[in-house]
Amino acid sequence: MEFPKDLKYSKEHEWVRVEDGDTAIIGITDFAQDELGDIVFVEAPKVGRDLKAGESFGVAESVKTVSDLYSPVAGQVIEVNPELEGSPELVNESPFDKGWIIKLKMEDPKELENLLSAQDYRNLAQKG
Amino acid sequence: MSPTASLKTPLYKKHLAAGAKMTDFHGWTLPLQYTSMMEECKAVRKSVGLFDISHMGKVEVKGKNAFRLLQHLTTNDLSRLSEGQAQYTALVDDRGGIIDDLVVYQISRFRFFLCLNAANTEKDISWIAEFALQYPDVEVRNLTRQYGLISVQGPNSEVIIKGLGGARAAGIEYFHFMITNLAEKNVILSRTGYTGEDGFEIYCDWRDTDIVWDALMTKGKHWSIKPCGLGARDLLRLEMGYMLHGVDMDTSVTPFEAGLAWIVKLDKEGGLVAQEALTQKKTEGAARKIAGFEMNERGGLPRHGYSILADGRIVGEVTSGGMSPCTGKTVGLGYVLAEHSKPGTPIQIDIRGKAVEATVVRRPFLPSKTKKAKPAAAVSDNSGEAAAKEE
Repeated sequence: MEFPKDLKYSKEHEWVRVEDGDTAIIGITDFAQDELGDIVFVEAPKVGRDLKAGESFGVAESVKTVSDLYSPVAGQVIEVNPELEGSPELVNESPFDKGWIIKLKMEDPKELENLLSAQDYRNLAQKG
Repeated sequence: MSPTASLKTPLYKKHLAAGAKMTDFHGWTLPLQYTSMMEECKAVRKSVGLFDISHMGKVEVKGKNAFRLLQHLTTNDLSRLSEGQAQYTALVDDRGGIIDDLVVYQISRFRFFLCLNAANTEKDISWIAEFALQYPDVEVRNLTRQYGLISVQGPNSEVIIKGLGGARAAGIEYFHFMITNLAEKNVILSRTGYTGEDGFEIYCDWRDTDIVWDALMTKGKHWSIKPCGLGARDLLRLEMGYMLHGVDMDTSVTPFEAGLAWIVKLDKEGGLVAQEALTQKKTEGAARKIAGFEMNERGGLPRHGYSILADGRIVGEVTSGGMSPCTGKTVGLGYVLAEHSKPGTPIQIDIRGKAVEATVVRRPFLPSKTKKAKPAAAVSDNSGEAAAKEE
């Protein structure tokens, strides 16, 4: 199970990668995709939607269950991964790369400080 | 989750060692998946898969009046069965509600073996035992934890069974069985399954189950045999449009509503426990019926309990749904008002508040590849069954 060190994590099993200072790329973790099992549908928000930190922005649906997705930080949706509509399995196959879900223009990059480090998240995930 | 201590099959340790993700299923701890449900389904359709279904209820009914008792309690006509044959049937209550669906094996005229849904076993046994009091010389025994049960499913299952010394038995017809040796163990080998593929179900001594499992895994290596979990089992049965008791049917529905009219024989000698109720239901016709449907647009999976709509009005309810790993199509089962049950009827599924377009389609969602029974009079039940399941 991977826990890339350069990412920030939420307790709800999302990860954030920061690009260009204030763009947050968001997806679900390797641990989360493994727990969900085969993902068959990802419901993502429309570009332009404003999200609060902790707000539900969509769902990841696997054969087994439906799981809400929560935005770890506040911001406006600037891009949604176009590949996921046709290939939701990318979230299973490449959770930290090809399976990213949305990009946000962050309201306040300082919010990232409230998130977990890779080590803290690993501890949380492995505690079960 | 079950509040009681969980039950373990004889293969529990093997599942853990193989890294399976385990789940609770009506009190039993069973593998949900080993690697991926999708991969496991595809292995069964393309080559061969192995399932531990030792949790299934196994009950022996024997004695002089065993036949009369079961003929009275089950909907199908047991008189059409001969030794070495199995029959798909249902237990119904006096109102005609489905208590369980099951397979009855006729070992002899005085000895029958029932394979029941795990969740219903206790309830089924009390129901049968209650009636057994009225029939002298009938014994009902719960053998669930004396027999392990392994299901080998897929186009390459026959060659593996042959390879383990079941050459003679590998020739048995669909819904037939044989008491034979396999991997040098005494087993009941039955050509049945819940996947729509050719395959076998193997009943063996609880203590031999791991030996039989290992033999199948070893012999199956050449055909890339894959151990499969409950997740794959559920998807495979859904692709066939097979129902699961407790999910797609229960005592609130009659066999007519559940599309099981083909296993209700109201003209048999001695009559059925629900003779009156089912005769009346048959005359009235079912107001709601189970239907298969296919989603026409993306929008998530139809799940148990979601509403089925037509023109913005609720006309039914989803009982099962999922994405078919083999076709990529999202399909489901549900009860709809009879006028909406014809293939081709447009419906919508209310998925989290959105009406997603779907169409009623014929079942199975994939063509069935079970071995067909010979069209002889003696096995007319089985050919009838195959035909009915493919409607």
